[in-house]
Amino acid sequence: MAHAAAIHSAHDDSHGGHPPTSTGLDNKKIAIWAFIGSECMLFASLISTYLIYKGRSVVGPYPHEVCGPPVCATVLKPILNIPVTSASTFVLLMSSLAMVLALAAVEMKDQPAPTTFGQKILRSSKLWLWMTALLGTTFLGFQAFEFTSFVHEGLTIKTNLFGSSFFTLTGFHGAHVTAGVLWLLTLLAIDYRRGLGPKDALNVDLAALYWHFVDVVWIAIFTLVYLIK
Amino acid sequence: MAHDSSDTPVVAHVDHTSMGIEKEHPTWSTYWKVAVILTLITVVEVWIYYIPSFVASRLFVPSLLIMSAVKFVTVVLFYMHLRYDHKLFRVLFTGPLIIAMTTLIGLMFLFGKLSLRVGALN
Repeated sequence: MAHAAAIHSAHDDSHGGHPPTSTGLDNKKIAIWAFIGSECMLFASLISTYLIYKGRSVVGPYPHEVCGPPVCATVLKPILNIPVTSASTFVLLMSSLAMVLALAAVEMKDQPAPTTFGQKILRSSKLWLWMTALLGTTFLGFQAFEFTSFVHEGLTIKTNLFGSSFFTLTGFHGAHVTAGVLWLLTLLAIDYRRGLGPKDALNVDLAALYWHFVDVVWIAIFTLVYLIK
Repeated sequence: MAHDSSDTPVVAHVDHTSMGIEKEHPTWSTYWKVAVILTLITVVEVWIYYIPSFVASRLFVPSLLIMSAVKFVTVVLFYMHLRYDHKLFRVLFTGPLIIAMTTLIGLMFLFGKLSLRVGALN
């Protein structure tokens, strides 16, 4: 009995206070992957809706150039701003780089102190978490700018099928980015309060997986919504 | 799983087993290289968008889809570490992704956005 208790205690210690799982994997990491899988289906349904309604709006504004009546007497101006969205796409891609560097920095915290300036930069989890949150916020700023300019040009969620499906899809994505930024800020608060170390790597990894997923969803949206005419 | 071992200096306190890390994660230089590749692909995507002759060609949509898929897979394999982590995570991600893609393509056929040219060779 005492031997069993000792074994159980040893397992508790090796799994950060949690009993071992049947898979040997932490349940939180399994859960985040299952959650990401379910999110794939959510965004696939939203993207499907957008693509089904694409080109079926009776009134403008339209996403891309279209021939106006009578047949191409005028070309109606597209509402999508590709240069701005390209910049925001780049910002989100770079935020993924910052996030993966934040995780690497947390995992390396117990190594000997960095000697060079470059090593100090790469080992600073606070810097990379800040960078990720800042880039995420910048992306949201671009989205706010885009939404505002659309509304000024007469496109709202109620205007036409394009407006409804576009704002729903990109709005859901923006809400996910917002949740990610809040998650990053909580990690930063923990880092400032007691410091994040290798034992926190799993928690940072969960946030990183979510953040990268938000990035890959945008990769799909950027191509399917913005670039394909 | 042992945590504090003097002969394991690198990431000694990271619980590789419970995190499902099967192979060592990439180094910083790999992450930077991946970022450069992602940026270059994005630049090419936007660049071809502004070439009217290419936009009008049949290659435009397939090339955009391929480049987007390459970016998607690169982020998932390298940044989300699916290439290095436990295969259960691969199943949990690719399973729903396949269902989602199949549903999306099915809906495109159902609503006439995609069609098979049956008898096109006749």
